[in-house]
Amino acid sequence: MSSRKPYLREISSEWIFRHPRYLRYLVREFSCLFIGAWTFMAVVGLKRLAEGPDAWAGFLAALRGPASIVFHVVALAITVYHAVTWFNLTPKALPVQMSEEFLPDGVIAGAHYAAWAVVSLALLYFAGAF
Amino acid sequence: MSDRTVELEVLRYNPETDREPHFQRYSVSCPEEWVVLDALNHIKESVDPTLSYRWSCHMAVCGSCGMMINKEPKLACKSFLRDYPGVIRVEPLRHFPVERDLVTVIDDFIAKLASVKPYLIPKQGKPVAEGEYRQTPAQLKRYKQFTLCINCMLCYAACPEYGLIPEYTGPAAIALGRRWNQDSRDGGRGERADVLASKHGIWDCSFVGACSEVCPEHVDPAGAIQQEKIHNMVDWYRVHTMPWLKK
Repeated sequence: MSSRKPYLREISSEWIFRHPRYLRYLVREFSCLFIGAWTFMAVVGLKRLAEGPDAWAGFLAALRGPASIVFHVVALAITVYHAVTWFNLTPKALPVQMSEEFLPDGVIAGAHYAAWAVVSLALLYFAGAF
Repeated sequence: MSDRTVELEVLRYNPETDREPHFQRYSVSCPEEWVVLDALNHIKESVDPTLSYRWSCHMAVCGSCGMMINKEPKLACKSFLRDYPGVIRVEPLRHFPVERDLVTVIDDFIAKLASVKPYLIPKQGKPVAEGEYRQTPAQLKRYKQFTLCINCMLCYAACPEYGLIPEYTGPAAIALGRRWNQDSRDGGRGERADVLASKHGIWDCSFVGACSEVCPEHVDPAGAIQQEKIHNMVDWYRVHTMPWLKK
């Protein structure tokens, strides 16, 4: 007779604190909430713009309030964290093999940073920043 | 070199007498060069012969002695006692049912390995008389890293997705599927997609990256999974938006 009786240990939320990597992962994942919130705010801004000059002026005034400034500072910091963590992972997802050797990780991640800089500069240019 | 008295807390579970596992503490006098596996072997030989655990090669090749050491999945043969000040807590690999003490039930992992068809499915079969399927060094290098897996299952113990979704195919099995998909001699990509690109294949992965961090052979299963995601996404767009390109 078999005396097997495998014991399945409970899975709890304990894993989150088992190693710092899991907390870093959760911060990266939850950073999307701030990016989503900022995007929602931008959509509200578009709606206000469509409603006319008074509504738009009210929206701009709200943006200058302390709550809005705190939100923007926090959202910017978290968005930079989100972008940097993802860009640093790109060499894993997009390895490029040239003849026999693979391009160094720094080249793949660096290309993403360069593209980010170019797109940001283009956006600022079209927005009339310079 | 002087010996140090090491305190080990080992998770014990006897299916014949225990309702649930419990920790047992052992004090062992250990030379500095010992690894955790040496201490376990000493306990089994001289202190408590009832202690059960798997091991074989003692040199990080066989992949048998994977266990949680201070909550991290590690090979016991590669974990030096001198790197662990204080009490060392040794538990069976997380996310697998405990058979006895540090021995886990690995049937699920073995079934998942087999499910990705980890063998050559030739593009065009040919008789043996026509010779071998040839490959250049560059073509070999394309997937070589993914061949280094020793099936130690540390990646499964590190992966919270596997813990939360037991149906998830998991890091090592997907990396092995990726290994064959990347092989220039192979034509089995479509067949493997039935598992790899299914609901509980690559898309259960949220890129925690823990599997690659704990991998003792630097296989980088997280990389393999993300590459497979991109490959499958490109396939999907090709099929749905450019049907004329379909072979």
